[in-house]
Amino acid sequence: MTAVADHPGAEIGRSRTRKEDQHLITGHSTYTDNLTLPGMVHLAILRSPMAHAKITSIDASAARHRPGVFAAFTGQDFADVQGNLPCAWPVTPDMVNPGAPSLAVTQVNHVGEAVAVVAARTKAEAVDALEAIEVEYDPLPPVLDMEAALADGAPLVHPNTTSNRSYTWAFESGAAGTGGPIDDALRDAEVTVSRRFIQQRLAPSFMEPRSVVVEPVGDGVSVHSATQVPHILRTMLGLTLGIPEHKVRVIAPDVGGGFGGKIPVTPEEVITTLVARRLGKPAKYTESRSESLMSAHHGRDQIQDITITAKRDGTVTGLDVHLFANMGAYLRLVGPGVPILGAFMYNAIYKIPAYRFVCEGVFTTKTATDAYRGAGRPEATFAIERIMDELAAELGLDPLELRRKNWIKHEEFPFTTVAGLTYDSGNYEAATERALELIGWDELRREQAERREQDDPVQLGLGVSTFTEMCGLAPSRVLGSLDYGAGGWEHASVRMLATGKVEVVTGISPHGQGHETGFSQIVADRLGVAFEDVEIIHGDTQSSPKGLDTYGSRSLVVGGIAVVKAADKVVEKARRVAAHLLEASEDDLEFEAGSFTVKGSPGSSVSMGEIAFAVFTAHNLPEGMEPSLDSDATFDPVNFSFPHGTHLCAVEVDTETGRVTIRKYACVDDVGNPINPLLIEGQVHGGLAQGIAQALFEEAVYDDAGNLTTGTFVDYTPPSAADLPSFLTDRTVTPSTDNPLGVKGVGEAGTIASTPAVVNAVVDALRPFGVNDVRMPMTPDRVWRTIQAAKDGGAK
Amino acid sequence: MTKINMTVDGVSYSDEVEPRTLLVHYLREQLGKVGTLVGCDTSNCGACTVDLDGRTVKSCTVLAVQADGSTITTIEGLADGSELDPMQQAFHDNHALQCGFCTPGMIMASRDLLRNNPHPSEAEIREGIEGNLCRCTGYQNIVRAVQQVAGATAGANS
Repeated sequence: MTAVADHPGAEIGRSRTRKEDQHLITGHSTYTDNLTLPGMVHLAILRSPMAHAKITSIDASAARHRPGVFAAFTGQDFADVQGNLPCAWPVTPDMVNPGAPSLAVTQVNHVGEAVAVVAARTKAEAVDALEAIEVEYDPLPPVLDMEAALADGAPLVHPNTTSNRSYTWAFESGAAGTGGPIDDALRDAEVTVSRRFIQQRLAPSFMEPRSVVVEPVGDGVSVHSATQVPHILRTMLGLTLGIPEHKVRVIAPDVGGGFGGKIPVTPEEVITTLVARRLGKPAKYTESRSESLMSAHHGRDQIQDITITAKRDGTVTGLDVHLFANMGAYLRLVGPGVPILGAFMYNAIYKIPAYRFVCEGVFTTKTATDAYRGAGRPEATFAIERIMDELAAELGLDPLELRRKNWIKHEEFPFTTVAGLTYDSGNYEAATERALELIGWDELRREQAERREQDDPVQLGLGVSTFTEMCGLAPSRVLGSLDYGAGGWEHASVRMLATGKVEVVTGISPHGQGHETGFSQIVADRLGVAFEDVEIIHGDTQSSPKGLDTYGSRSLVVGGIAVVKAADKVVEKARRVAAHLLEASEDDLEFEAGSFTVKGSPGSSVSMGEIAFAVFTAHNLPEGMEPSLDSDATFDPVNFSFPHGTHLCAVEVDTETGRVTIRKYACVDDVGNPINPLLIEGQVHGGLAQGIAQALFEEAVYDDAGNLTTGTFVDYTPPSAADLPSFLTDRTVTPSTDNPLGVKGVGEAGTIASTPAVVNAVVDALRPFGVNDVRMPMTPDRVWRTIQAAKDGGAK
Repeated sequence: MTKINMTVDGVSYSDEVEPRTLLVHYLREQLGKVGTLVGCDTSNCGACTVDLDGRTVKSCTVLAVQADGSTITTIEGLADGSELDPMQQAFHDNHALQCGFCTPGMIMASRDLLRNNPHPSEAEIREGIEGNLCRCTGYQNIVRAVQQVAGATAGANS
């Protein structure tokens, strides 16, 4: 482990238990649905049972006469004022965005789309009244398959478009000047391996259903929402509905998980705002789980066609990637950009001389897609790590040997990749060696050989995933070059109170990560105050007016650095006061453990607390100095950060039943300098569970009519404790060189890395049967059928 | 409307409810016991788990009228003043919660698990809480928390 040489504080690096826990473990939570306001009405939403249809008539008048009902509205009632839900990422200048009304007006384009809303005294009365709303639909053909959707003559999802293609985004290293031409690599290849991988649809499945309470306040609104992005919501809700930004206050109270699922501005946030303003009453809408699964955005859903070229000795010479990315029926906040984030990650940790990436965004009559933990990077990591195994099999090489031969060596950093990113640091060798040791790789390989030898019906498979990710979204200039509609900076304020206590205001918006604890540790060290004396304020645009919120593993890497910079400004102001009080030159002062001391005169010192009180009284300050130590900082990162790691998985596959059991899972992540190892480990555990869930358990499935058949947690099956093993985790520490804490971010690492490790392990177990791929999720049924097909001489 | 009486977290209540009212909705909406949460509509997630006369139930699968005459303990009734229940303390000590939404139900289910099996193996713990879903923690630290209370050797991770 590398010591944090320039920050030898007592708090950073310590496994502090969380400040956040007390109210959550005692049932005093503040989730949005817990909130009741005087005079509040409850909303229920009528949703389309059709995948694709014209609304030929709709009549909500009978609902208005049901008991307890204040009002019922259809899309017609709000057609002139509801605007379109915002999409902030027009990835190409010609991207087609047909618009996304919150309440459907003339047509529905996916099952679950909102068509009417009832406001009543109780939720039960609102739900009851929905049945009185009459809607007639004229069905249109569902559009479900992406390739069929792009064919000539395919039915159009949206009548105001000429094709179901939203955009084509392309990158080619020869043209970009970041590498050689892909055509040369394809032409000159000694070995070529091509595969089609399917990234199934996933539901983010945050445990807290989305909920919103809107309170009209004067000519504005206060919006309480289960959102990851209160600041973005404030700006976007105001723009969408024509409410001046300064009249919109957004509060994100306790938020029960997000995983990307609470990033977009939702139809329900807009609808609830419209109803509250129309009625002049506070209004609450909380979705049911089944509403969440069918109408909230999904993640992934891509078809990945990938070709890798190499020399016979295993040197990779080129990578060619084509994606179909399912946008669903509408473009949500960052939906079009999700696969594009992956564009920079297919080359992963490898030195690849030529690279092409083409992505076609496609409309279908399914619920929209947008960010889900990892957003683009899990898909990329999956495809490259899977195809590296297939290339190894083709060449008869050990998968780890092939990786070692091609990865960027520790001494080669900083390294500019074929996708144009500059990785500042990394040590893939160290993480891999430690992971091999942790899992007991050689012993498992021996056991695998024995089981193969004995034709054991339960075969053992070993899977590798060596990954990196781009985190810390993001340098504003880079986001601009990608046509994203906002910057990537983050804001913080640090306020010294009279008694030496500290308030820190941050623009990030936690929903389970533990930022209050981690940021308190940082500030405690930076200012030399006690951990308990720091309060972190967040999640309310009134108390935390500036920020860009939490996603993309950015909170520490961008938000935490803003906090550091603001705290450092406080110290510099305090230094001026200290010099004045000690009658010394600022240059002669040393600051350590919360006190300024005159160099060489240990008796002559003043503490941060004393300085805070002196500033509060303002009786004796340097001439011309404002009586305040409070400081703001806005930090715009110079680069992404690049966490990496090696994940190893051992699975047992029962070849008679198809059942896959994870025998051992070991991972070594390098997230840079640790602020709080306990929190890091928690993030890794949860990330692993979600990545493994993609490999083994979860898929959002639509039938041929476009109905979601996995509309509850009975059918869409996030893993329980009994479905998962305990994980063996460790870290290596290779600090980022691009930020003053040397941190890299950890929120998405486990999810990005784990999925291919599991699939590679299952394919490894079954390769002697002639299997070279298994579709996700690798259910017993699917694994068994794959084995049978291979035995019968089928391709897989 | 039907009249019901019950004791919740040490306070006795007498109320009129619609017969269709679920216990969880009665707790949250009529009694203001919003510490007990609703995460699904199919009794899969377990966020609403409470103790009913010494047994844990998912309060979304019980009608309020079925709980007439019973004594109920929710997450809000576990701590004795500032003294946490050992399971609450263990969840904190082991970082067994992140967003906290599954936590009330998970703590109630974990207490019940140990009531029935005071010294469970790791596998028994995992099976014992499989009716409660958590999306944040990957369950490992929840298992550790239960092991801490059980006095088992903490060794989920070698």
